[in-house]
Amino acid sequence: MRMIENKVEKNWAGQRIVSPDYLLFEAPREKHFMTGSEAVKEAVKRASVDASVSYPITPQSEAAHLIGELWAEGYVGVYFRGENEFGVMSEVAGAAMAGARVITTTSGPGTLRAFENFPMWSGTRIPVQLVLMARGVNSPLSIQPDNLEVDFLLDTGCMIWYAENVQELFDMILAGFAVAEQPDVHVPVITAVDGFFVSHTREAIYLPPDDIALPPYAPYKSPMPVIDAEIPPGRFLRDPFVMKSNYISYATHASWQWEVRSAIERSRPYAKHYLKGLTEEFGEKDSEVVFIACGTAASQAKEAVRMLEETEGIKSKVVKLKTIRPFPYEEILEATKNAKYIFIPEFNVVGWLEREVRKALYKKSDAEIIGTPRVAGGMTMPKEIIVREVLEYIK
Amino acid sequence: MAYKIYKVNEEFKDIVPEEVVELEEKATWGNPKRGVMDLPVTKELLEEHSLCAGCPESAAIRYILASLPNPEDTIIVNSTGCTSLVFPHISLHTVHSLFGNQNSVASGIKRVLEWRFPDKAKDVVVLAGDGATVDIGLDYTLQSFFRQEKITTICFDNEVYANTGGQESGLTPKGHVFKMAPKGKLFDKVPMWQLAIDSGCHYVARLTVSSPKKVERVIKEAIYVARELGPTYIHLYTPCILEIGLNSDDGLDEMRSRDKERFAFFEYKTPHAEEVIAKYKAEGLL
Repeated sequence: MRMIENKVEKNWAGQRIVSPDYLLFEAPREKHFMTGSEAVKEAVKRASVDASVSYPITPQSEAAHLIGELWAEGYVGVYFRGENEFGVMSEVAGAAMAGARVITTTSGPGTLRAFENFPMWSGTRIPVQLVLMARGVNSPLSIQPDNLEVDFLLDTGCMIWYAENVQELFDMILAGFAVAEQPDVHVPVITAVDGFFVSHTREAIYLPPDDIALPPYAPYKSPMPVIDAEIPPGRFLRDPFVMKSNYISYATHASWQWEVRSAIERSRPYAKHYLKGLTEEFGEKDSEVVFIACGTAASQAKEAVRMLEETEGIKSKVVKLKTIRPFPYEEILEATKNAKYIFIPEFNVVGWLEREVRKALYKKSDAEIIGTPRVAGGMTMPKEIIVREVLEYIK
Repeated sequence: MAYKIYKVNEEFKDIVPEEVVELEEKATWGNPKRGVMDLPVTKELLEEHSLCAGCPESAAIRYILASLPNPEDTIIVNSTGCTSLVFPHISLHTVHSLFGNQNSVASGIKRVLEWRFPDKAKDVVVLAGDGATVDIGLDYTLQSFFRQEKITTICFDNEVYANTGGQESGLTPKGHVFKMAPKGKLFDKVPMWQLAIDSGCHYVARLTVSSPKKVERVIKEAIYVARELGPTYIHLYTPCILEIGLNSDDGLDEMRSRDKERFAFFEYKTPHAEEVIAKYKAEGLL
């Protein structure tokens, strides 16, 4: 039996097992220069991953190749290319049910093809990690950055985190396992980045040594029975509520869905610890002009903060969201206490983040909420555009 | 052997449901020679079934569960349809996740169990209907064969979508009138057993469940070959007596009449599969 208890020193790849805290916060780090896809490889290499299933789609293919290389090198236990994303997400579900720590990657149309699986993942309470390299959704065909697909995922019962850059992606993948596998959380985590802007951009990154790794997954801490015939099958397996037509079965199904959402809520303290907060601020704390953004839009908003200060003498700040599910309500409320204008720059046409912020601040803030600028389909978001939009509103 | 997981704590025996205690005391565990002849005298792994009275699929599931050579280490993956009504009552580890993805889920489970337990035989068996296997799930069924996944896939072919109220399926014979084919089905029954052969299965059988002993032999051979070599496929005729207008005691006669025509017994084994079967025969297990 290839079970490795936490107390054992080394994992199957011969890496020394260290705590998530040591790996994330204490281990010495060295500077490297790499793309987001390469950062995925470096994170998976240090994560004692049991299984990964891949399928090609731009822009996530390279990350998936590199996980395959880790399998060939003996760091990942099981790896293969599935038939399409619907199959892949079911294969990783089976792998997770059988007691594996699992990671996979996808983008845009792949996310949509796989979609039926995501609520199944959360309903099955498996802590699968999906690295989502967001791209446009057809039609018309686009392979360019655009995060509309994240909107579709918001209510699947999965945690959704958003990394701004290559460094954050590396750290979030490791933190993702640490949080998603907590027995009182144990739901999937989707770690999103903007395709190309992060997946293909080479940046400075600080990495801990690669001879240390996370403790292997402890399947028997799962709140649901592992499907391995080593423990008694759960009562729910013999009496699933869904197939009965009576009131108690309907009520049970409803409470199961609420429980999945509650599990996401229970992830807050863990996520706060491992991500060092659900949000991060940049700029003048008491600013009346506030940007709320995630991913690359936050990077561009930071550039706009600098430009507004330098060219217009206007003080502003960015509130970057690291988690979308759970949504950082309290953090946003606190960060916008002095705000008169809240701008929400986004890489999609629908403004899903604006909608989320409006809901969070409804009747709680007098600030004007402005969902702009919005770019999509691969357009970039130059700081000049952001500044121009701000000046239009506040002058 | 993991059948110790079915042992009930002595102190709780008086409050644990009777059927759970019976599972420990009267079911056949750790005996690969178990089979359909045990049915009248041992505790079945199916507590009860919630299908229609006289449904041949319920008989098929009982025969299959009685024939599993290694129930204590067998995972069963199913799909949506009439079979998903039965799964709650099976006392093994079972999975229902979505409609059509059963062979994908089974692939993930099997690969990880081989990784986690390299020295243990853990059998993974897929049980699904014709809609799940051949229509909505055909891609995933065949791709698992292409990939040479070491799983046994069993299709309950009732030639119709029964659970949703009687719609035509890919396995409906040409010309039959069902819902969604009000003028009769326009194309031939999909020869799934042939697709299984062409897609790399090492053992393929097509039969009705009119003969329990034959079902037992086929199930055991398919599971042993899957354990050692790769994918195996069993195609069972389990008519929906409700949708073809038969009485609850007509199922057996219906199957017997099809034994002579489109469900005439058919079996395919690769030379490697023959060797595996011969080995198990020599061990007295077949």
